[in-house]
Amino acid sequence: MSSFRQIGRQTRTAAEAKPAWADRVNGFVRKVPTWPLYILYLLPVPWLLYLAQTGGLGREPIKALEHELGEIALQLLIFGLCITPLRRFAGVNLIKFRRMFGLLAFIYVTLHLLVWLVLDVGILSQIWSDILKRPYITIGMASFVLLLPLALTSNNWSVRRLGPLAWRRLHQLTYVAAVLAGVHYVMLTKTWAVEPAAYLAVILGLLGLRFVGARKKAAV
Amino acid sequence: MAHRWTNDLTRNDATPEAAFFNRRQVMMGAAAGVALTGTSARAEEALEPNSWEDITQYNNFYEFGTGKEDPATYASALTTEPWSVTIDGLVDRPGDYDFKDIMAEMTVEERIYRFRCVEAWSMVIPWNGFELADLLAMAGVQNQARYVRFETLYRPEEMRGQNSSFIDWPYVEGLRLDEALHPLTIMATGIYDRPIPNQNGAPLRLVVPWKYGFKSIKSIVKITLTDEQPVNTWKQLQASEYGFFANVNPEVDHPRWSQATERKIGGGLFSPRQPTLMFNGYEEEVASLYEGMDLTRFY
Repeated sequence: MSSFRQIGRQTRTAAEAKPAWADRVNGFVRKVPTWPLYILYLLPVPWLLYLAQTGGLGREPIKALEHELGEIALQLLIFGLCITPLRRFAGVNLIKFRRMFGLLAFIYVTLHLLVWLVLDVGILSQIWSDILKRPYITIGMASFVLLLPLALTSNNWSVRRLGPLAWRRLHQLTYVAAVLAGVHYVMLTKTWAVEPAAYLAVILGLLGLRFVGARKKAAV
Repeated sequence: MAHRWTNDLTRNDATPEAAFFNRRQVMMGAAAGVALTGTSARAEEALEPNSWEDITQYNNFYEFGTGKEDPATYASALTTEPWSVTIDGLVDRPGDYDFKDIMAEMTVEERIYRFRCVEAWSMVIPWNGFELADLLAMAGVQNQARYVRFETLYRPEEMRGQNSSFIDWPYVEGLRLDEALHPLTIMATGIYDRPIPNQNGAPLRLVVPWKYGFKSIKSIVKITLTDEQPVNTWKQLQASEYGFFANVNPEVDHPRWSQATERKIGGGLFSPRQPTLMFNGYEEEVASLYEGMDLTRFY
């Protein structure tokens, strides 16, 4: 945890003047433990499985389950990407939740992938040819593969072992993984659809904010 | 012209005894000189109709929204009485044909068909309907006609999906004349002997069982006989992915997904995929229509 706090403090000094309400939020956040949030955020898994079994996800529960899990994963990746801009532009420090969002996103991506592998396709030869031949699946798989080292190094030991700088550079892979995930969603619909495009736009916007922030910092 | 094609198996043939009996009937029919008696036994084996709920609660009918449950939720807003179908173009008797007058002339029969969506899911549906050929005969097809163009109702105040402009409404589909006159091609007006629900294309829709579902245009108000190939809505939206023919073909993949397998709706969380059949299992009946055509090019 110690290295995390250090990184947090370093950047906070660079933060612009922050509103008084941000202090109140930060004070509250400090008191909230993260472990109950893990449990809370995993509750949709048994709930979705229950719905899928009982008809609550419609007449084709496999696709619906796959879609729900993927969408939650995408949202969690987006939450993770919000942490830095929130601190930089609003002075709200939610850094203690970032690892949680990342790990939860990885759990949901893994479940999403498992549903695809086992329940949706289930035929080994077709799984393999889909990964190689279908660009949206190739891209989705690439996103998963990029998230794998990030999930494995989302612990204090790894931060110490790698050193904060190398660790941070490695974890910038999140940016690539998130964009790939957004593109994966846009590509899989039968035609142009609003929702996937909105997700991709939000991801690109959040990444864009980082460039704005970086240029401002350089100017100072 | 009705009764040109019959199912090998019907809903009543659930037990082995009945199936055996039915086979004898089919053989007798063949002996009596009936030309078309259905598809191969292998294809018919799996022909168990989906439930009423499957068929009426999982639909693509973008006129009511793009979600699978949107049609079931919003289609009740559609009024289907009165209803008439304009038949024009290269016909001897063009005009507005009242739905009731059409029904008075047609012979409605049951057709249990496989239904395969381009999205790789499928159902088996016990349609009630009449052969399109009979309807076209009512209007008198002229010699120069080569294609049939169909149009869905455009009524955004009752079809909320039509307020979205990503499709150039109304929905249009088309068939080559020989496809339209084929005995498998029907206009469906019922399912399970009940009037066809709005979300399934009330009061009458096309069903072309060897083609992907989007060809089977719903809630038809206009039929035009023409000498040029109509531009169908999905081809217009994305010509690289959806063609004019759209024949079910496990060997020609959609650019973004495989068409080799499909999932039959209604099997729950653990239902496996099943292989997709050439021409959706109607190869024997329709393959000759496409002899010599490169099906990879004319998808």
